[in-house]
Amino acid sequence: MIEVRALTKVFNGQTVLKGIDLDVATGEVVAIIGPSGSGKTTLLRCLNLLEEPDSGSIRVGDMFIDASKPLAKQKELIRSLRQRVGFVFQNFNLFPHRTALENIIEGPLVVKKEARATAVERARALLAKVGLAGKEDAYPRRLSGGQQQRVAIARALAMQPDVILFDEPTSALDPELVGEVLATIRGLAQENRTMIIVTHEMSFARDVANRVVFIDQGVIVEQGEAKALFANPREARTQQFLSKFSESNGVADYVI
Amino acid sequence: MEQSLQLALNSAPFLLKGAMYTIVLSLGGMFFGLLLGFGLALMRLSALRLLSWTSRIYVSFFRGTPLLVQLFMIYYGLPQLGIQLDPLPAALVGFSLNMAAYVCEILRAAISSIDKGQWEAAASIGMTRAQTLRRAILPQAARTALPPLGNSFISLVKDTALAATIQVPELFRQAQLITARTFEIFTMYLAAALIYWLLATALATLQNHLEARVNRHNHEP
Repeated sequence: MIEVRALTKVFNGQTVLKGIDLDVATGEVVAIIGPSGSGKTTLLRCLNLLEEPDSGSIRVGDMFIDASKPLAKQKELIRSLRQRVGFVFQNFNLFPHRTALENIIEGPLVVKKEARATAVERARALLAKVGLAGKEDAYPRRLSGGQQQRVAIARALAMQPDVILFDEPTSALDPELVGEVLATIRGLAQENRTMIIVTHEMSFARDVANRVVFIDQGVIVEQGEAKALFANPREARTQQFLSKFSESNGVADYVI
Repeated sequence: MEQSLQLALNSAPFLLKGAMYTIVLSLGGMFFGLLLGFGLALMRLSALRLLSWTSRIYVSFFRGTPLLVQLFMIYYGLPQLGIQLDPLPAALVGFSLNMAAYVCEILRAAISSIDKGQWEAAASIGMTRAQTLRRAILPQAARTALPPLGNSFISLVKDTALAATIQVPELFRQAQLITARTFEIFTMYLAAALIYWLLATALATLQNHLEARVNRHNHEP
């Protein structure tokens, strides 16, 4: 489904991604973990070109982006890729001047030119799916952070994407609201959707992901089956990183 | 007193005719100023250096020179370059060009103030730049832009009095003409002032209505 090859990204002379290779199969749930500043969010943002990689390539389905060629010349391709790759932001980024329902139908209506009735029908179903039936007419500022993030997930789903990327979807939430969002994502994982999740929620990554990718200083240090990697990390850097979480009781601490 | 009242009544048709010119200049200046100012703001935000610098220099010139001088350049100066404009079109051109510089700055600031997450959210569902502007950015930027736009428009209504200096028979010019005949200086200028005040108030009321409208997502449940 996704093939990333030799992806590099330089910010102000500093190489943030140093030749990343990553494959994600259809139906797979991949968690990306790593310390702050390791490049995991940059990698995720490069996958739908919110960040412009400097070299390497990205293939999603039959769409191929060559990052060493000017991206301005691949605009059409990038737009069609984004229609197939949903993105959920850390800060939700809902449109504040549109209701929950309007936020969800915006993409289908404006980008895919769907009939309004079709888009509204699907949006209502999606709101119900993320546990927000009845909130159709609520403006984002009237919703809690957890509710906003669930609307944002519904907005991504409304485009009927092949893959959904989650960028630390619970990092901006109050602790008591984390569970509802994780439960929503867990529900999607059980439908065998292809998802890539950048997260600090280690126990969530272990339970929900099929595979975990540990990134540090712009390289993939280690990856493997989620439970195995958490139980027996091979690389010293992975061990060191994970030990911090067990010390600060991060692993067994979250509740759904 | 009675005499003043009589005079005011007699001169009302002239003042109202002048007020019509004032309204035409104001509305025209706002309309073309908005149109041109929006274009300039887009140029300013463009990644193309040539466009953004053209816009910068334009704004710098028209904000940095007196409107009166601009009007004189257009009405008295352009004929030397072979472009002859009647007073009303010359004034309209002047007010529009000048207003555009202020509109450009207001819109640029308002658009820049929108969180970049909004651009990214729109991009992430595959919107084009134009769709993003129209559907996500401008509706939000309008909230920020309306109060300063209202200010500028009210200033414009008052600045139209400068058109008197290039032969446009607008409100202030009519008041001048009447005082020259009647020597009722205070009454006439007071009457003119009251009409300007009325127009400015109408505009401020409209502005409040529009602000309430674009802010509705902040108030409704």
